[in-house]
Amino acid sequence: MPTPNSRNEEGLFYLLAAIGGAVSAIGVAAALYMEHSGHVVTGMNNQIVWGLPHVVAIFLIVAASGVLNVASMGSVFGRALYKSRAPLSGLLGIAMMSGGLAVIMLDLGRADRAIVAATHVNLTSVFGWNMILYPVFYGLVAVYLWTLMERRMNPYSKAAGLATFVWRVVLTSGTGSIFAFLVARQAYGSALLAPMFIVMSFAWGLAVFIPAQAAMYAASGETLPPLVHQRMKNLLATFVAAVLYLTAVLHLANAYFAKNIAFEYFILFNSEFAGMFWIGQVLIGSLLPLALLFNPATCKRTLWVNVAALLVIVGAYFHLYVFIIGGQAFPLDIFPGYDVKSSFFDGAVDHYTASLPEILLSLGGLGIAFTITVIGARALNFMPHDDRAKLEAAGSIAD
Amino acid sequence: MTAPQSPDSNPRRAFIAAAGAGVAGLGFTVIAPGLHLMAVGEANAATEARKAGTAASPAVRWGLLIDAGKCAPGCTKCIDACHTENGVSEKLPDPRQNSQWIRKIELVDKRNGRVTQLPMMCQHCAEPPCVDVCPTGASMKRADGIVLVDRHTCIGCRYCMMACPYKARSFVHTPLTQQNPEVPRGQGCVESCTLCVHRIDKGQQPACVESCPEGAMVFGDLNDPASDIAKRIASVPTTQVRADLRLNPGVRYQGI
Repeated sequence: MPTPNSRNEEGLFYLLAAIGGAVSAIGVAAALYMEHSGHVVTGMNNQIVWGLPHVVAIFLIVAASGVLNVASMGSVFGRALYKSRAPLSGLLGIAMMSGGLAVIMLDLGRADRAIVAATHVNLTSVFGWNMILYPVFYGLVAVYLWTLMERRMNPYSKAAGLATFVWRVVLTSGTGSIFAFLVARQAYGSALLAPMFIVMSFAWGLAVFIPAQAAMYAASGETLPPLVHQRMKNLLATFVAAVLYLTAVLHLANAYFAKNIAFEYFILFNSEFAGMFWIGQVLIGSLLPLALLFNPATCKRTLWVNVAALLVIVGAYFHLYVFIIGGQAFPLDIFPGYDVKSSFFDGAVDHYTASLPEILLSLGGLGIAFTITVIGARALNFMPHDDRAKLEAAGSIAD
Repeated sequence: MTAPQSPDSNPRRAFIAAAGAGVAGLGFTVIAPGLHLMAVGEANAATEARKAGTAASPAVRWGLLIDAGKCAPGCTKCIDACHTENGVSEKLPDPRQNSQWIRKIELVDKRNGRVTQLPMMCQHCAEPPCVDVCPTGASMKRADGIVLVDRHTCIGCRYCMMACPYKARSFVHTPLTQQNPEVPRGQGCVESCTLCVHRIDKGQQPACVESCPEGAMVFGDLNDPASDIAKRIASVPTTQVRADLRLNPGVRYQGI
């Protein structure tokens, strides 16, 4: 006979699944509307060709790769604390990758030609690589989850974990290289972007994992072991600081080249993106979380660590918005040394405002990731199970 | 269709002999039985019609030479001709979403204020970034150097628009009607100047070249040293836009 507690849990599951499903469905409906009407109903145009859907999709794809870092810490680097969390990190990885890819694919001008994308692959294109990188990612994570959750397959989990680790480093290098390989626009075209995206994935993936884990513990009425909490907040702080460092290097290197000074002045000081950079990306997304994670008064409290993680996620969206939209808003320097103007808005700074269908499509991607997580967590046993005595022992040795 | 572009130094004699083309520089040239191509202005080269069923020749590299000094302020005849020829007529509420296969750019030299006008379109690069980044291979370079988009395999990802340093590409933001049957376009696909490939294959000049009242644009085979365009490029200083990128564009400019 079901207990009142299990009935509550079941009710919560259906409620969350219904909310996630509804948001996902609205996102798909928005995509169908865009498909029917054309991208004229979006805020995107011939200069800002990638908009909010790309910001959200790239966040989800980058974070999907990074959230698997938790699994890698366990399987590849042998940390028991992380190993028990590997299944949850795999679930979140698949969920976010699905949400991100759905948004990217549904935003295509010809989303109905997905099969063309799968059957005509140009291997000189980083997007072309994605046709290989993403399906293999799914396959590897699925096999990895199998080796983790099926007792007979446990001996293979280290090999599967290592393969997944290597693959997602390649995958996220590919995501960074989408921009790194662009010669045209001044915001991009830096080899630094590939490793930077990897570090971003570590930070953002962990920032998603921490509150997701907290929510699962809260829903099941369990308490997160303090050691887990401490380790993860230290790791998050390290990754956030590393992203901030690489951001500084990227902008300083760019500003050192005379040809890029105008762009750097634009993005850092003289545009609608400057505030997003300094307040959104640097303050909210980096400095505040670092302060919360290092301040003795807040760093030991679960609430503040979760707040720090959520701020990192908010900062990540600002980061990608400034990087993707801001990078396109600045005009192409087709004729260096000349002031230019034309009917095609050459030489003019562009402005972008996301339209409702774009916002709904983007939310739909988040909804898909959320729904898969909720259903996965309900259907299979993704709740971390710690051997507390062993954990404390391992922690005391490691510390 | 997608054979690699021959270098500019590729031997052209076989092509020229096989083509049986007339001598460049005459007032008119016989290019196919019953078809005469009148040279437009003094600079335009004759072209050879491509027989149905034959592939584009890698011995040829079609290109344009544009004399910015002759490009008249306020004149939009090349734009009008291009957009009429190719059926580019939609006018959307947000003009930034309209397709523009060719546009006039006004340049003001920051050092001395000198003003120059020129038409800008796909530069038909020998090393086109749009072709490199296209995930499906829809962006392609024809053997004769014309960079095109295959409307059947373009998925509308716009990565080529991110990659093009010339802002030469447009995305079709709206359903289209009344298209030119020779120039298929499509909602959700990316498009750009085709160098009027459908006209070139018939032995005609691109519409913009033909329409220019000043004779500011010369079309021809960059690989043929006897062509007007090659002679002009050999005799006057010309510029490749964003030459620092080493894309080797097929469109060259004079007077900037």
